[in-house]
Amino acid sequence: MKQLKLTLGIVAIAFITLTAVSCKENKNEHNNADGHHDTDKTEHNEMMGNDEMGNSDKMMSNNNQDAKAEVIIKDYFELKNALVSDDTKKAAEAGKTLVASLKAFDSSKYTAEQQSELNDIFEDAIEHAEHIAESAMDHQREHFKILSKDITDMIAITGTENTLYQQFCPMYDGGSAWLSMSEDIKNPYYGSKMLSCGKVQKEIN
Amino acid sequence: MKIVKIIAVVLLVAFVGIQFVPTERNQSDVVPKTDFMLVNSVPDHIKSKLQTSCYDCHSNNTQYPWYNKVQPIAWFLEDHIKEGKAELNFNEWDSLSNRRKKSKLRSIIKQIENDEMPLDSYTLIHREASFSEAEKQELIQWVERLKDSI
Repeated sequence: MKQLKLTLGIVAIAFITLTAVSCKENKNEHNNADGHHDTDKTEHNEMMGNDEMGNSDKMMSNNNQDAKAEVIIKDYFELKNALVSDDTKKAAEAGKTLVASLKAFDSSKYTAEQQSELNDIFEDAIEHAEHIAESAMDHQREHFKILSKDITDMIAITGTENTLYQQFCPMYDGGSAWLSMSEDIKNPYYGSKMLSCGKVQKEIN
Repeated sequence: MKIVKIIAVVLLVAFVGIQFVPTERNQSDVVPKTDFMLVNSVPDHIKSKLQTSCYDCHSNNTQYPWYNKVQPIAWFLEDHIKEGKAELNFNEWDSLSNRRKKSKLRSIIKQIENDEMPLDSYTLIHREASFSEAEKQELIQWVERLKDSI
């Protein structure tokens, strides 16, 4: 009888181990749901796009408006400010928000050429934002550098309603740029260590 | 004493049991046309360094050590390889846009520069995969040039 109990126990444990392990494999299935959402959104926005056709001459001039691009820019500044104040946790959160707003962007109203450029930009930017969401400060800043380039290139296509300043610090990683809403220099690559290092390189808008 | 015996038996059975859980093997005979080595002209010494130090986790083909057949080590490796490939797969290099290629090259430089790659857990066993200071400089300079040419 004791022997039987023992054998049963062993079998049970082996079974539990196996079950626990096989759970691991089911993890990947969540993504589909998001995929559906995206298609819904695209359709919806295409319809809205038609309404906005009247605005197309506005797009030709430099001050065209794209609300989703503005959200991205706003989230980028959140991130920049977190880096300026040496706040890793806040930067990580901002990175996460930025991933979401980058994914929500809708490029359907742009030309095919612009769309493919924008897709390249977003693919890259999303990856950097994802890394920022889960890295330490040093890494966050490394990724922020390339992300800044991505966002700058995005703005060159989408435009923005505000005046922005492209600022440049010659010291960080052989020279690195970032964007700011204000003319004052607050360096996101060094934070409090060297807050005022840099200069305005260019005015956008 | 008896309890020790029971625990030993249970552990043994669990160990044997998990050996039957299949793992995904990262192995492929085909080198796709998009492979890093095929689309870039890579000098031989850099080529072999990348192959020994990076390709096990950053390509579709891993040179598995014998102990990979033993669980739970196999899971540990499987996770690393999955993560490594998601980050960068040299076999699919040419499917990236120029922007992303540049991004990846920059990350390669940073990772090598800061000794973050190859992972310590990897070089511990694959001694030949670790970089000497000279090898680091050589690779970084080469990657830097490639990046500027894109």
